[in-house]
Amino acid sequence: MSDLYREHILDHYQHPRNYGTLEQPDRSFEDSNPLCGDRIRIDLKLSGDRIEDIRFSGRGCAISQAAASILTEMVKGKSLEEVRALGAEDLLEELGVPISPARRKCALLSLKVLKAAAYGLNEWPR
Amino acid sequence: MSTKAGTQPLDVHRIRTDFPIFQRTVRDGKPLVYLDSAATSQKPASVIEALAGFYRTSNANIHRGIYELSEEASILYEEARAKVARFIGASRPDEVVFVRNTTEAINLVARTWGVANLQAGDVVVTTILEHHSNIVPWHQLAAERGIVVRFVDIDETGRLRLDQLEMLLRTEPVKLVAVTHVSNALGTINPVSDIARLAHEAGALVLVDGAQSVPHLPVDVRALGADFLAFSGHKMLGPFGIGVLWARYELLASLPPFLGGGGMIRTVTTEGFTPGDVPARFEAGTPSVADAVALGAAVDYLEAIGMAAIRQHEVALLAYALPRLEEIPGIRLYGPVGEDRAGVISFTLGDVHPHDVAAVLDLHGIAVRAGHHCTQPLMRRLGVVATTRASFYLYNWEADVDRLVEALQEARRVFDVAG
Repeated sequence: MSDLYREHILDHYQHPRNYGTLEQPDRSFEDSNPLCGDRIRIDLKLSGDRIEDIRFSGRGCAISQAAASILTEMVKGKSLEEVRALGAEDLLEELGVPISPARRKCALLSLKVLKAAAYGLNEWPR
Repeated sequence: MSTKAGTQPLDVHRIRTDFPIFQRTVRDGKPLVYLDSAATSQKPASVIEALAGFYRTSNANIHRGIYELSEEASILYEEARAKVARFIGASRPDEVVFVRNTTEAINLVARTWGVANLQAGDVVVTTILEHHSNIVPWHQLAAERGIVVRFVDIDETGRLRLDQLEMLLRTEPVKLVAVTHVSNALGTINPVSDIARLAHEAGALVLVDGAQSVPHLPVDVRALGADFLAFSGHKMLGPFGIGVLWARYELLASLPPFLGGGGMIRTVTTEGFTPGDVPARFEAGTPSVADAVALGAAVDYLEAIGMAAIRQHEVALLAYALPRLEEIPGIRLYGPVGEDRAGVISFTLGDVHPHDVAAVLDLHGIAVRAGHHCTQPLMRRLGVVATTRASFYLYNWEADVDRLVEALQEARRVFDVAG
């Protein structure tokens, strides 16, 4: 019906891929957008430098949740090096819908969380 | 004045031609459905012209220049003050202090009256309905001076628990009750004159946040019984950057200055200063002269329509909208139903995030608010992270409601919300 909520976005929102948590993740990070209440947690299982398995959980708007789902598919099997090299535009391009400035934070929350996990952070440096 | 057109229905067709914004379209040619007046109102041409006209023909700094333009600007500024004072039933123009907005007005009270009168252990009572602007200044005084901030809760209909207020007034050293007249998130119209009576019986003062009431209801400070009233120009057809603090003259005269600088003094020496009179004492620095003048034009416009007629119009729109919205499967409406409800409708649609709801509405050219509405304690109290909010004003009509309902039906289909 609309550019923003194209079928694949709604599909990922309603049927998220790699949804859930891992029993003993090697890396785990969670963050939220306090203004809109979007929340994302990402668990990683590593094999050497490679993401062997990934799960995300959380709740929030369709854009934040669909982006997280799409991101997990993008990075599964990739090296942490490749994850660290990912940019905002890479994820936005994969989303393939016009994201307004106001919704950018929603779209990129999962990437922010994944990066923190990839760098092995326990919390954001202040 | 405000009863002139009392029972006459508004001529919304004609009113809309006064607002240039409705000539434009949004989102590829769709007519604008503006349902976000609780955030800011649209402006009639007369206000836009007053603003531009000041800069075109009368621009000068006020109160100091010994030349015609400055005299003219000063007169226009003080005329605007007098208009606002008359509009809210103040007994004299100098009871009206021009500030930037409601937030600044409340901070002015906290920083002048609060600092002069509140000690550690003193209680400020506010409510769970408040906008952050009527919470954070009191939290700041709590952190700095050890005052205690208490919150009156709401019942399940979204009305204030006056029994809790009475209990607090009976059992704690309450110095101030800071309460909103109309909830910006739920539309609850609080019984502020009853609250003022209770507070005064207990020896407490009352600050009323009028940001959502002065633009929409007939408000008379004498009937209100409050000690302070704060409101913003931009929500009542005026420009951004101008707001009002009203207080009784004697109360204002007893307060220390707010910001220090030019305009607020009587004399300055190398040793110190003596503060100026009321209201200059609270208006340090060059004020927003043109914005004040344009606010005066907004008051003229509202008075010509009549505040009672505006209220009637919004009551009728609510009566039209609420049953239609209720029919949408999966919708949940917040706020009381009754005479104590303003033209504000907060809702959630299934478990769809309000930002997604608002984004779908936007694609239909419908402007609503989605988020916490600067009322995070209230959102937590309601158990939601956010709501979508539609709010009405004198230029809205039933067609706006129809388009809102249609678009919500579509949002429901898009996100697969069950009934």
